[in-house]
Amino acid sequence: MSSADGQPKVAAVTAAAPVDLDVPLYEARKDIFPAAVKGRFRTIKWLILIVTLGIYYFLPFLRWDRGPSAPDQAVLIDLANSRFYFFFIEIWPQELYYVTGLMVLAALVLFLMNAVAGRVWCGYLCPQTVWTDLFYAVERLVEGDRREQIRKKQSGTWDLERIAEKILKHSLWLMIAWWTGGAWVLYFSDAPTLVGQLVRFDAPLVAYVWIAILTFTTYALAGFMREQVCLYMCPWPRIQAALTDEHALNVTYRYDRGEPRMSAKKAEAARSQGGAAGDCVDCFQCVAVCPTGVDIREGMQMGCIQCGLCIDACDNVMAKIGRPTGLIAYDTDVNVQRRIAREEPVVRIVRPRTLLYAGLIVVIGAVMSYALLGRATLGVSALHDRNPIFVRLADGGVRNGFTVRLSNMTLEPRPMRLEILGLPEARLDVAGVPMTADLSTLVEVGPDQTRELRVLVSVPAKLADIDTRPIRFRLTDVVSGAVAYADDFFKGTGSAP
Amino acid sequence: MAADNSKVDSLTGTSTTGHEWDGIRELNTPLPRWWLWLFYATIVWGIGYIIVYPAIPLGSSFTKGLFGYASRNAIEEDVAALNRLRGDKMAALATTPLADIAKNPQLQQVALAAGKAAFGNNCAPCHGTGGGGTKGYPNLVDDQWMWGGSLEQIQQTIAYGIRNELAESRQGPMPAFGKDGILKKDEISAVAAYVVTLSGRKPEGTADLAKGKQLFADNCAACHGDAGKGNPDVGAPNLTSNIWLYGGEQAVIEQTIATGRGGVMPAWNGRLDQATVNALTVYVHTLSGGK
Repeated sequence: MSSADGQPKVAAVTAAAPVDLDVPLYEARKDIFPAAVKGRFRTIKWLILIVTLGIYYFLPFLRWDRGPSAPDQAVLIDLANSRFYFFFIEIWPQELYYVTGLMVLAALVLFLMNAVAGRVWCGYLCPQTVWTDLFYAVERLVEGDRREQIRKKQSGTWDLERIAEKILKHSLWLMIAWWTGGAWVLYFSDAPTLVGQLVRFDAPLVAYVWIAILTFTTYALAGFMREQVCLYMCPWPRIQAALTDEHALNVTYRYDRGEPRMSAKKAEAARSQGGAAGDCVDCFQCVAVCPTGVDIREGMQMGCIQCGLCIDACDNVMAKIGRPTGLIAYDTDVNVQRRIAREEPVVRIVRPRTLLYAGLIVVIGAVMSYALLGRATLGVSALHDRNPIFVRLADGGVRNGFTVRLSNMTLEPRPMRLEILGLPEARLDVAGVPMTADLSTLVEVGPDQTRELRVLVSVPAKLADIDTRPIRFRLTDVVSGAVAYADDFFKGTGSAP
Repeated sequence: MAADNSKVDSLTGTSTTGHEWDGIRELNTPLPRWWLWLFYATIVWGIGYIIVYPAIPLGSSFTKGLFGYASRNAIEEDVAALNRLRGDKMAALATTPLADIAKNPQLQQVALAAGKAAFGNNCAPCHGTGGGGTKGYPNLVDDQWMWGGSLEQIQQTIAYGIRNELAESRQGPMPAFGKDGILKKDEISAVAAYVVTLSGRKPEGTADLAKGKQLFADNCAACHGDAGKGNPDVGAPNLTSNIWLYGGEQAVIEQTIATGRGGVMPAWNGRLDQATVNALTVYVHTLSGGK
């Protein structure tokens, strides 16, 4: 880096280009005031908002009778008792693979939605979208539509009315956020009981903590962070961009119809003279209604959550100026090119990608349903004593101790018979439980419970010096005949090192 | 520093530390302001901590802090809370007759869990984690009980111990027949050979078994019984079985007769509460299936 005379020359080189130093590293946030809009997709979004929030807020109150030995809440994550209830389904912690399967299914459904119609999830179903949509609606209700909000912001005056509006808006937001946090904790405890406790202020502290956390996150995410979540926090837009293809239906501006943009009057004049005239009148209504503040006419972009509100806005304008609607519509990349080339548009919903996703969904759904319907409700597991591995008995025989756990995953008490297979001469004793005539043991396990037994397996003196023998515990439901097995080993003195 | 213009870097306008390596000068870049404020905040926090919490050692004492916090108090509160939580279950364990505990599966599970924990803390050092015992410390998993295997007998053993200073403790030493001059060396060999035959084995050597039998009847049968079946009231082991506390080899038996045996076990009453003693009783009884 040094020249022959030993003087540094670096300074001269870098000094020539200090231009970039003042550029901020973060883009400043642009204020977004989405305008109210009416139309087909707005109606769909309202319906989805009502249905999804209705499910979220009221589902914990739905009852589902499971008899006296289980809670009667339709959907309940019972952490204290390690049970998850979902209508007719009850799963134990060791059956978490059902939840894993559900996650895989959910991912595949997301992929399929994406292959068919782009970011359906982002635009209509994502909680971030739904709550932000609700918060925007509240904001417009209190502070007025886009124009009024911008005017109030630009005037910068803080009169009594403006302060009252702000207080009202934030109070409403906080109430929605608080109800969101409140509904969340109801999924983890009996909802009516917990509501009563919350009202009397004697609910568990953890409930208040979670309500506070989720009130804060809802208020912050839907009230302030909004589209920033989609742009900077969410991984899905990045993944989605890698998964999409040229046949997916996306919210698309039709360049072939829209360009060149000009006013309606000029366009009419141009058309009457046979000149080129686009339908886009550059009214910016599509931008005004956009909850993420993008211009759809710039093409597909990460900021676009494809909620379809710009379609409604544009259709309304087209109707007013007497041009056909659909200047912005769900369309594919293939068709964008075909329309520019004056070819007929094609829509291919059924294609290898969608067939693959749909097929996988069917297969995994079928496997999961099969597993769920054939779910074992009887379980036995055995744990051999580690110390001592075996003991000598007074008569010269040898005994092994086991800890055996029986599971009854039904909601009725079940009598069960425990037997040992693999060592015909072996005798099975359960501490505290008398043995029946056929050398097996009858025990009852309560509904939705496990029972741990101290099991002693003994062989007579003539078999004392055997080494390690595989044995098998067989548990039989005396009533239904269902069986479960647990494999283990019996160790005689010959197994000693 | 910045006043010395010769030390100001012309390109960035930042002063330098004056260090220079091959023409590269080290800029004296100030610490970020946020970092400094955090640093000052930690100092303030530290001072506050010293005032509020126990902190400065003063020879045999220490500063107690504003609110008298002590980690030992926190532990005691936790233990008290745990006892409140267990409250009725442990109370039920203390008052329920031992035989009835097994009739209530839930109470039995509590007893087994509490018993297992108490066994690990108090009994395992001698009897082994699984109750397997070792030489001189009885195996609690086999089917032979020196002092009786019923619930009441086990409870008595745990509560008052064996051969300790308590009047209620179990007593019954094995005399040192050789050391105390009761039997001569050849007589001890004869008795030992006879004892080996009791468990159906063939003795080594050429000892006189008839003499051994007579000596056994005279000296041993009082505790071990005429047939050598033992007596749990005085802790005399069954000599006809395959279970030997100190070893069943003829030489070991000779040693036992010559020097005597007298293993002790501490009393647990007072150290453990009634509920824990009962839980231990149920647990130990379950280990071997009990008697």
